[in-house]
Amino acid sequence: MKNFLKQLKEGLLDNNPTLVQLLGMCPTLATTTSVKNAFGMGLATTAVLICSNLFISLLRKFIPKQVRIAAYIVVISGFVTAVELLMRAYFYSLYQSLGLFIPLIVVNCIILARAEAFASKNKPLPSIVDGVSMGLGFTLALALLATIRELFGSGTLFGYQVMPDAYEPITVLILPAGAFLTLGFLIAVVQKFRNNAEDKKRLAEIRENRDHATAERKEETEA
Amino acid sequence: MTLGSVFLLMFSAILVENFIFSKFYGCCPFLGVSEHPDTALGMGMAVTFVMTVSGAATWAVYHYFLAPLHLEYLKTVAFILVIAALVQFIEMFLHRFVPALYSALGIYLPLITTNCAVLSSALLIVQKGYNFVEAICFGFAAALGFTMAIVVFAGVRSRMTMADPPRAFKGFPLTLITAGLLAMAFSCFSGVQF
Repeated sequence: MKNFLKQLKEGLLDNNPTLVQLLGMCPTLATTTSVKNAFGMGLATTAVLICSNLFISLLRKFIPKQVRIAAYIVVISGFVTAVELLMRAYFYSLYQSLGLFIPLIVVNCIILARAEAFASKNKPLPSIVDGVSMGLGFTLALALLATIRELFGSGTLFGYQVMPDAYEPITVLILPAGAFLTLGFLIAVVQKFRNNAEDKKRLAEIRENRDHATAERKEETEA
Repeated sequence: MTLGSVFLLMFSAILVENFIFSKFYGCCPFLGVSEHPDTALGMGMAVTFVMTVSGAATWAVYHYFLAPLHLEYLKTVAFILVIAALVQFIEMFLHRFVPALYSALGIYLPLITTNCAVLSSALLIVQKGYNFVEAICFGFAAALGFTMAIVVFAGVRSRMTMADPPRAFKGFPLTLITAGLLAMAFSCFSGVQF
């Protein structure tokens, strides 16, 4: 159980697929014009990721090494087709606004990367947990980006007016250019935090080394 | 269909509906393989080659195989397999018969299977109901637009290596912001409609 929580934290924060590993940029940039689209895309990808991780993990002993990438792509595209048909049946407006990006989940690098790096080497249960954590990490990053873009770009959240009427929306944020800019600044913030954490760790190391050295020198002089 | 309509289709695919700056198809290689103009051009040429051929191949697969059997819903699976096989085949063909081209494009070819620009152009061709000639022209033009975007972007980025940005912006954030500024320039074309 503790292991699972650690895995979950890894996917959501420490090793977030979008903000830290920088994978799957196309859907991240394209579908974050509104929070609703971002959640739809994130959860659709999560569903495919969980299913494909489970299946690839179950089949890991049967897939020959030479054709593994092709085999993974077939498994993934099968689940993508299933998700596409389900969304067309039950969430038609979301299906229409996401457009081509639902079939394009097939070539989302996050899914192939998790299949190759995790599911092909681990047992089914941890693979499912990995799918959940990476999928939710992706959804979280998309939702964060979409919140910024929708709130400031059109003054709404989930389609409801949030900003006062006097607020002049920054339209560029919901244009393609705004996607690049917002994600750029968001990743800069993430890097800032990571740099700070790294600096703190290094400083602690230097201090420890110095204390160690002074202690040794003291011992030497005493001797 | 006249020559004029094909020209307009290509023009709009290259500039107005540029794959990178207005549609976000193919952003991974765009952000990943754009450090030097030379490698960007190699990637762009490899994509142009594969996208033109795959546009024709997936068109044929859809209209002569999937549509008669009413298997349209399998197009994503079928197209990705066709593209993967095609890339493998092109790689072997070039390796055997055109070694010069292979040594120039070789390292980029395997990356193209998972390039979403190729799959999305195949799906768009079917969605928009193009005929065979239009399919080839659209694939070629969209790939040219991709190549232009990635080469221009690589030119900008190679100049930026001299810059000394704040530490938090180093690397990927600055790349994205540069792409954002370029996308702003390209959004001027979105007013142009046919």
